[in-house]
Amino acid sequence: MTLLNQKQKHRVSFTLNGVPVEIEVAPRTLLTDALRHGLGATGTHVGCEHGVCGACTIQINGAPARACLTLAVQVEGCVVRTVEGLAPAPDQDGQYRLSILQAAFRRHHALQCGFCTAGILMSLDAFLRETPLPSVEAITEVIGGHLCRCTGYAPIIDAAMEAAAELRGDAKHV
Amino acid sequence: MDGSPATWVGQSIERVEDATLLSGRGRYIDDLGTRPGTLHAAILRSSHAHAAIEAIEVAAARALPGVAAVLTGTDLAAITTPLVASVRAPIEARAMATDRVRYVGEPVAVVVAADRYIAEDALDLIEVTYRPRLAVVDPEAALAPAAPVLHDGLGGNLASERAFTYGDPDAAFAQAPHRISITSRYPRNTGSPIETYGVIAEYDPHEDAFDVLANFQGPFSIHAVVARALAVPGNRLRLRMPPDSGGSFGVKQGVAPYVVLIAAAARLVGRPVKWIEDRLEHLAASVAATNRVTTLSAAVDRDGRVLALDWDQLEDCGAYLRAPEPATLYRMHGNMTGAYAIRHVKIRNRVVLTNKTPTGLVRGFGGPQVYYPLERLMQRIAVELGLDPIDIIRRNLIPAETFPYRTATGALYDSGDYAHALDIALRDGGYQALCEKRDHARAEGRLYGIGIAAVVEPSVSNMGYITTVLTAAERRKAGPKNGAQANATVSLDPLGAVTVQVASVPQGQGHRTVLAQVIADVFGLRPIDIRVITDLDTAKDAWSIASGNYSSRFAPAVAGAAKLAAEKLRARLARIAASQLNTLADDLVFAGGKITSRCNPGLVLPFNRIAATSHWAPGTMPDDVGQAIRETVFWTPPELTAPTEADEVNSSLCHGFILDFCGVEIDRITGKARIDKYVTMHDCGTILHPGMVDGQIRGGFAQGLGAAVFEELAYGDDGAFIAGSFADYLLPTATEVPRIDILHIATPSPFTPLGAKGVGEGNCMSTPVCLANAVADALGVAAIDLPLTPAKLAALARGDEAPPPAGIASTKAAKPGDRTLRGAGETTVAASPETLWAMLLDPDILAGLIPGSHGVRKLSDTRFQATVTLGIGPVKGKYRADVSLADLTPPREATLTGAITGGLGSGDGRGCVTLTPDGAGTAIAYTYEVAVGGKIASIGDRLLDGATKIIIGQFFAALARKAGGSKPTSSRFARLRAWLRIGR
Ligand code: FES
Ligand code: FES
Repeated sequence: MTLLNQKQKHRVSFTLNGVPVEIEVAPRTLLTDALRHGLGATGTHVGCEHGVCGACTIQINGAPARACLTLAVQVEGCVVRTVEGLAPAPDQDGQYRLSILQAAFRRHHALQCGFCTAGILMSLDAFLRETPLPSVEAITEVIGGHLCRCTGYAPIIDAAMEAAAELRGDAKHV
Repeated sequence: MDGSPATWVGQSIERVEDATLLSGRGRYIDDLGTRPGTLHAAILRSSHAHAAIEAIEVAAARALPGVAAVLTGTDLAAITTPLVASVRAPIEARAMATDRVRYVGEPVAVVVAADRYIAEDALDLIEVTYRPRLAVVDPEAALAPAAPVLHDGLGGNLASERAFTYGDPDAAFAQAPHRISITSRYPRNTGSPIETYGVIAEYDPHEDAFDVLANFQGPFSIHAVVARALAVPGNRLRLRMPPDSGGSFGVKQGVAPYVVLIAAAARLVGRPVKWIEDRLEHLAASVAATNRVTTLSAAVDRDGRVLALDWDQLEDCGAYLRAPEPATLYRMHGNMTGAYAIRHVKIRNRVVLTNKTPTGLVRGFGGPQVYYPLERLMQRIAVELGLDPIDIIRRNLIPAETFPYRTATGALYDSGDYAHALDIALRDGGYQALCEKRDHARAEGRLYGIGIAAVVEPSVSNMGYITTVLTAAERRKAGPKNGAQANATVSLDPLGAVTVQVASVPQGQGHRTVLAQVIADVFGLRPIDIRVITDLDTAKDAWSIASGNYSSRFAPAVAGAAKLAAEKLRARLARIAASQLNTLADDLVFAGGKITSRCNPGLVLPFNRIAATSHWAPGTMPDDVGQAIRETVFWTPPELTAPTEADEVNSSLCHGFILDFCGVEIDRITGKARIDKYVTMHDCGTILHPGMVDGQIRGGFAQGLGAAVFEELAYGDDGAFIAGSFADYLLPTATEVPRIDILHIATPSPFTPLGAKGVGEGNCMSTPVCLANAVADALGVAAIDLPLTPAKLAALARGDEAPPPAGIASTKAAKPGDRTLRGAGETTVAASPETLWAMLLDPDILAGLIPGSHGVRKLSDTRFQATVTLGIGPVKGKYRADVSLADLTPPREATLTGAITGGLGSGDGRGCVTLTPDGAGTAIAYTYEVAVGGKIASIGDRLLDGATKIIIGQFFAALARKAGGSKPTSSRFARLRAWLRIGR
């Protein structure tokens, strides 16, 4: 285990949405601050900084994690994914696209202010990859790890269920 | 054919906002760049509910590298003035306390530093000396003659009192066969948006002007308050709002004092300053809805017709009366009879101040506090007269043929068919089946109840309603206030594309999408052709004092103003096209991106070309058309007049109708209330976007549910704030929010350009009382207050507390208040009592022994002061301990009394230490008793007890080490410790 000097800045290297990045941080720098203010990835939001609201949820090596409870130095060598990495690349005409999950959110009005949304998308994205055939209860549990103050959650659950079906190939939306 | 619907308005199209937000490209305040050299602020807040500030020691904080300035209230007061209030009273409210704090969380000092981490480090180095005063948190207690007074100049804590009479209520009460009453205590809660406050400010000394970016939401009457506090004219306070906001629910109106604080700090340090509030600050000190004690009586005839109402409302606005308060108390003034035709009304309104966070506008403001007692009372009338609650409601509803209906207190209800809405709700919502279900459940011995609530949802506030707090004579002196100016600007660029700008400051509601729909319909374009800008700049954009995102004014007022502006522009474009096509303007149709002659469909011009004419070839335009580039419309409804001499006020322009009913089952053992079914019927006039309307209803329901069951900004009796984190202030999650059935009818408003009414707040008004009515029905209790926590319901279900008769207050719910910890211990040390005695009186040695100590000061031979950092469970904080020694019997015995205070709580304690020679060493025995309050008191018993034991144990272990090691003893505790290898 490396001991870090509290007074010094440390260089941290990791992969962010498929791109290698490097950043100098103090040992106590939160990952939220490093991502948002250090690397400009402001899509990850901060709602509470104490691990309850879930707005800051990202994926570290494929698993959802609260970025506000993670120190930047902890992701050295990790594969980090944030909301900015969810959508597929623009198509051949240069049209920007949304992922199946994102598009389902838009169809179902599953966001209003959008502040909680990035975290919920990251949790659901990880969950749906492992659970292609989720029950409504299981989806509700996953969303239950997040606070949304705008929507009342029902449209988020509907969007997630529909996205799950579409990811399985059961349904298609155009 | 472009596949466009007949009108875009009324379609649930995908929101133009969403792709950006879903892909992490939103631009919320903390996502926007700042100028190079911008400094970061952190705020030190009072840990006391009520105290004099005797000294603030800032030298150590100032000396920390990276700190640019540490500013106190006195520094700020030199360049700012108090925040003006709506009521003239000797209450001085400032952005930062000067000589006295009056609530936990009140700003006391601000550190401005190179980054936020350093600024927070410096907060720990500031030493504030407080002289605590008695605090009062209960609004009724605050009125007692002996109550601690918050503002000396006021003489007591009553900030405002007014009495009103409409019709002849005394006669009605005298004649009525029944008088039925209810008393309710509506608790404190808040909107708690997931994004907190943020302010970035700078000051130009040469122009004496502030430039501020803040996630403020209006009302812009507050712009004037902020400018005055900063001592500049309004045109030198440029206030900008970011493109996106992470929700508000009224709460971001309360960022205003922080605009003053941060802008003043920027002026004092000569650099731009940025501040992003954290969640703990937000919960403690942003904005709470008012808590209110209401006694409401009805004069009722034999059939359950309500003839008169008698309201006694005691509104608790917290420590200061901050503009626009007491808006929450007066917003509903025209609606005090709700959905009912009641002609005789008596009202007494009192505003009281207590040692709690100042209140502000929270979604529904005033509605939840009024409808809770009103609809509880309707339920009680049914119970007491043995009648069906639906019949009671139906019998009292305002008849459809009387609209527009003038209420007794002055509101002009625009439109509605309440009886029809009730019928449809009962039929389509399955009310009959629900009743059968309840009967069935009850037959099985289960606790099942049905609740109903009928609510009129006001929207588009009249700027004049708040002046009802003044007497008619005072209003005459102050000049009339009324109206609700809404505005929109539609402009055309040289390529003929359309841009719309409004001052509605959306907080996530999708205003940009709806405006694109409205304007697309006017011009015959598609919503994607329209660009809508909603980030506001008070220096450049059109706005008025009524602008902003409150009182659900967007759909009825702002969208309407946009329609009017576009229509004006369209009329001019029609003139231009008509002159080119040689036809009449009336003959032209705007559709499919073209302007076409109705009589001769061969005559066609592309919209873009005509729309660009005024840029490229103004000389070709018909003479009297003027420009067709940009049109700004200000619209204010004539119905919103100032209060009359008799205090009648049309407090809002539109009045939607809501009828909710629900079935709730209560678990006898756990007390948990399960919502089995919830139906909500809305008439909000013309619906502009059904998906968004239902989104408002679902979101409002979830907040109403939170207020009803989970949320309370709770305070200890000593004023300690005990709901300081999301682990204490519980927002409902997906697993707690049930699906609801939403129904609609539409009676368009005749007073708004689109026929729409507001819909954003209704369920915050109807849901809490609907659920409470169901719980009261299930448990058969008369008096019940929110929140309906399982503990409270379990106690009621068990019948521990006989329900008090109607009209008598329910006993107050037990709060996690102050607690006392007791303990004792002993240890043996290899040193003489004399040596130990000397060590215990030496501040330097003590500093090394006390766990987490930052230093001990000896104030006198018997008084010590220590600063310590303690972590107990999840709650880690810095505390100051003041300890006095008494009953000294050197070197044998001492009694210690002391107080410990910190941001997270406080304690008062007493301990006794005895030193007894034991061979070559000394046996130390101690006992202690500590009463803890504040946040740490809300930690679980075992954790707190255990932590206290460990901390005291650590102290004596350190003492033993320092004195030469502990001697093996026979005590069980020591053996256990040796076995666990603790302490060495
Ligand atoms: S910000 Fe990380 S959980 Fe709330
Ligand atoms: S969309 Fe606003 S908090 Fe979830």
